[in-house]
Amino acid sequence: MKKFNFIVIAVCILLLFGVTNAFGQSVTVMAVWTGAEADAFLKMVEPFEKETGIKVEFTGTRDLPAILTTRVEAGNPPDVSVMPNPGQMQEFARDGKLIDLSTFMNMDALKSDYSDAWLELGSYQGKIYSIFISADLKSLVWYNPKAFAAAGYTIPTTWDELMTLSDKMIADGHTPWAIGLESGAASGWPGTDWIEDIMLRIAPPETYDAWVEHKIAWTNEVVKEAFEIFGGIARSDKYVYGGPNAVLTIPFGDSPDALFTEPPKAYMHRQATFIKSFIEEHFPNLVAGKDFDFFPFPPIKKEFGNPALGAADMLSMFNDTPEARAFMKYIASAPAQEIWVGELGKLAPNQKVNPSVYPDDITRKAAQFLGEASVFRFDGSDLMPAAVGSGSFWTGIMDYVSGESLQNVLLQIETSALDAYRQ
Amino acid sequence: MKPKFSQFLLNTPMHLFIILIAIIWVFPTVGLLITSFRPSSAVASSGWWTVLMHPFNFSQYTLANYYEVITKIGLGRTFLNTLIITLPACILPIIIASFAAYAFAWMEFWGRRFFFILFVGLLVVPLQMTLIPILRIFNKLGLSGSFFGIWLAHAGYGLPLVIYLMYNYISGLPSEIFESSTIDGATPFQIFKSIVIPLSVPAIASIAIFQFIWVWNDLLVALVYLGGTPNVAPLTVRISALVGSYGQNWELLTAAAFVSMVLPLIIFLSLQRYFVRGILAGSVKG
Amino acid sequence: MRTKWFTPWFYVIPALATLVFFLIYPSINTLIISFFGPQSKEFVGFSNYIYCFTNETMLSAFRNNLLWVAIFVPFTVFLGLILAVMLDRVHYESLIKSIIFMPMAISFVGAGVIWKFVYSYRPIGSGQIGILNAFLSYIGVQPIPWLIERPWLNNICLIIVGIWIWTGFCLVVLSASYKGIPRELLEAARVDGANEYRIFWKIILPLMKPTVAVIATTMLINVLKVFDIVYVMTNGGFSTEVIANRMYKEMFLFRNYGRASAIAILLLLFIIPMIVINVQRFKEQEATR
Repeated sequence: MKKFNFIVIAVCILLLFGVTNAFGQSVTVMAVWTGAEADAFLKMVEPFEKETGIKVEFTGTRDLPAILTTRVEAGNPPDVSVMPNPGQMQEFARDGKLIDLSTFMNMDALKSDYSDAWLELGSYQGKIYSIFISADLKSLVWYNPKAFAAAGYTIPTTWDELMTLSDKMIADGHTPWAIGLESGAASGWPGTDWIEDIMLRIAPPETYDAWVEHKIAWTNEVVKEAFEIFGGIARSDKYVYGGPNAVLTIPFGDSPDALFTEPPKAYMHRQATFIKSFIEEHFPNLVAGKDFDFFPFPPIKKEFGNPALGAADMLSMFNDTPEARAFMKYIASAPAQEIWVGELGKLAPNQKVNPSVYPDDITRKAAQFLGEASVFRFDGSDLMPAAVGSGSFWTGIMDYVSGESLQNVLLQIETSALDAYRQ
Repeated sequence: MKPKFSQFLLNTPMHLFIILIAIIWVFPTVGLLITSFRPSSAVASSGWWTVLMHPFNFSQYTLANYYEVITKIGLGRTFLNTLIITLPACILPIIIASFAAYAFAWMEFWGRRFFFILFVGLLVVPLQMTLIPILRIFNKLGLSGSFFGIWLAHAGYGLPLVIYLMYNYISGLPSEIFESSTIDGATPFQIFKSIVIPLSVPAIASIAIFQFIWVWNDLLVALVYLGGTPNVAPLTVRISALVGSYGQNWELLTAAAFVSMVLPLIIFLSLQRYFVRGILAGSVKG
Repeated sequence: MRTKWFTPWFYVIPALATLVFFLIYPSINTLIISFFGPQSKEFVGFSNYIYCFTNETMLSAFRNNLLWVAIFVPFTVFLGLILAVMLDRVHYESLIKSIIFMPMAISFVGAGVIWKFVYSYRPIGSGQIGILNAFLSYIGVQPIPWLIERPWLNNICLIIVGIWIWTGFCLVVLSASYKGIPRELLEAARVDGANEYRIFWKIILPLMKPTVAVIATTMLINVLKVFDIVYVMTNGGFSTEVIANRMYKEMFLFRNYGRASAIAILLLLFIIPMIVINVQRFKEQEATR
């Protein structure tokens, strides 16, 4: 029994430590950001906390979709939260869970800071519910300039040139591409980006939008063509390093490693701006722009040019408190985003952000590409209902690469889409 | 009696089997341990066993993963939070379950069988389905974000299994004890306190370990009921936040796994002495 | 034991109250919304249940769960039982027990990292970083992409992870029960000339039957709820889907509460046969004491 008493006392002491929650002016913020992104976020809110005296209570978790769903449904949402994707934001807005930002924000300032595309993506039925604080550009092909120079390869500017170059690499005994689709519970998403980038280059943006909204079926010829172009590379033993088995099992973050071995196992890797952090982590000695660089994913059909595919981080507000208002105003501003993108090498949606804050030239180059692109489209899988965009589309890509017939794969996605869009 | 050595030889197949199983079991963990001391650039390019070719070449090891984990998770506060959550969440269900198991095993009452089946059947309820309705009530009661709420929640989720295991043990105690004690005029509570509980120490010890580990390693319940702000976040929440949102720096997880494993293992080792034979010698049928 | 009619309730009510609040009330809530649409707004009758039995992924999840039951349960229980008996006779018992128990103490995230390494696949010609494929390369065999070889190999690879984690649980509980068997009983049988296998089958096993049944039931329920391993390793890709992972996805990712609830209720229904068996045992056990 003595031991029992000891435990009771110990628990009581622990309790005293436990229940010392300070209350004051604060805003609770929930986000998917963890690791370096969480550090950058805390750095970004530091000036805000100092200036206003409002404490930012931050929770970063990669389980955000589950936690946010639960807390919103139970009536206990955080004041401000990152939205997992625009589709989810629209659902929350439709259910009346979000605060209309135009009720307190200076819309004129917002309109001069952001392009219409961003404001529109953050809106639902004409009301603005979300602020974008950073973007990633996806339509990039990464390569190793030194390896290219050594083999005498030049940067392709059209799809035909790209395929000619690929064939030349094969003739030289090399492997052109490195692709890795493995991403734990989200495996398959890098493949969806491929399909989206190809879609934008073989059809007008209106077709892309129709596909995202499921106004054209997955079995449509355009979709089929996009899958076939991707499959021509990813399902081939010659075009991609390790063949389909490697494509399916190599973690996407390890995939670009193949470009930097001696001799290179592969020469090109299509991935978004954020892959830079993986390359720098795995090879701390490589210098951006010198040892690794990117060129735009080239146009396929000339008439559709070189569109930019991207994804972005957006924040919405669930509780209308003065602190939350102040916070939303702050993160929409250029100074806040300058800290954030400067830390992470992401691209800033706010046009007033000074390009000099970007950590290197290739990030500035990506920002320029994003700013000048005639057509910009948001990552389609993020806009589709989750059952498709984070469900059957992901698994469909994996099944297709593993050798299932395209007809079957598209039919399966179509079946789940018919079911998901009805809701 | 055979001499010891030939006894050992006779048992050789058994020893071999045990050691083989142990090697299979420990192998993956050894891999993780070695990986946790390697820089991330090496991890992605070569297998962990390659370090064993020159085990004393210390340049291939690094403490960077541990250093980063320990500095980033705010070790003191986080361990404290975890203990504040884990200890009551471990003791509470065991107390509640002991009472219930005792009644189910040794008392007659209306609906006994029905309630027992109901309680055990609840083992299968997926706790994910309970989160929204419970959190809704917690909000009304002001329990969300409080340690009290999460203790109750873990007690509730752990109860079916704890009752089941406690019942199995307590119902196996020999009936003579109860008969003789009742004749001596002991009340049910006296029997519970001075006979049943002391005799159940081995069972309580093993159940306590498992409940401890589940609460210790839980992420979802903590994130939902408690939230992830640093002043309340337990170890699991802080550890899962070490890795970037695209999975950057995942190698920190290798070191984190060992940091979070230390306490459960210490508890397991220190409770192991309760598992020895003889505590119940002569008093229990099996 | 004879008591006043109300005495037992003092002992049961704390547990009952806790369970009503945390498990029974939410289960009833789940049952109700399983008949409603995704956002619990419109009544849809049995259509969520019909979906469960017609959707291809759901059907493959049922099949996979059966495979889990067929392999995972016997392996964990049997291995735990044999080890509990064997370890009692060796002087390094606590060391081995700690080793077998260790995976329980590692979080699922840690376990996922470990086993991704074991099963890791790299193309021929580049260094393998997974131990299994490194071994295959060493003996000159082609590496195998373990986690995508459907439908058997990848499921079995996942089940092995489950066995690795849970055998420790079975071992600790079964060992505690084995140590409760009076030694004199075993010694007497040995003196009578019975060999060890006979003693195991005729004396040890019957005496441990209640505990073995409890552990087997617990493992069975565990398998029906298995989620973390699949979620971390494959998330149900390549025909490795299981029921509980499907439920998690419908609930938190696809936000279809109706379907998630229907799956949860089906899980509850599957358990009924097991509870019936338990009732049998409950009666038997009381008859014998």
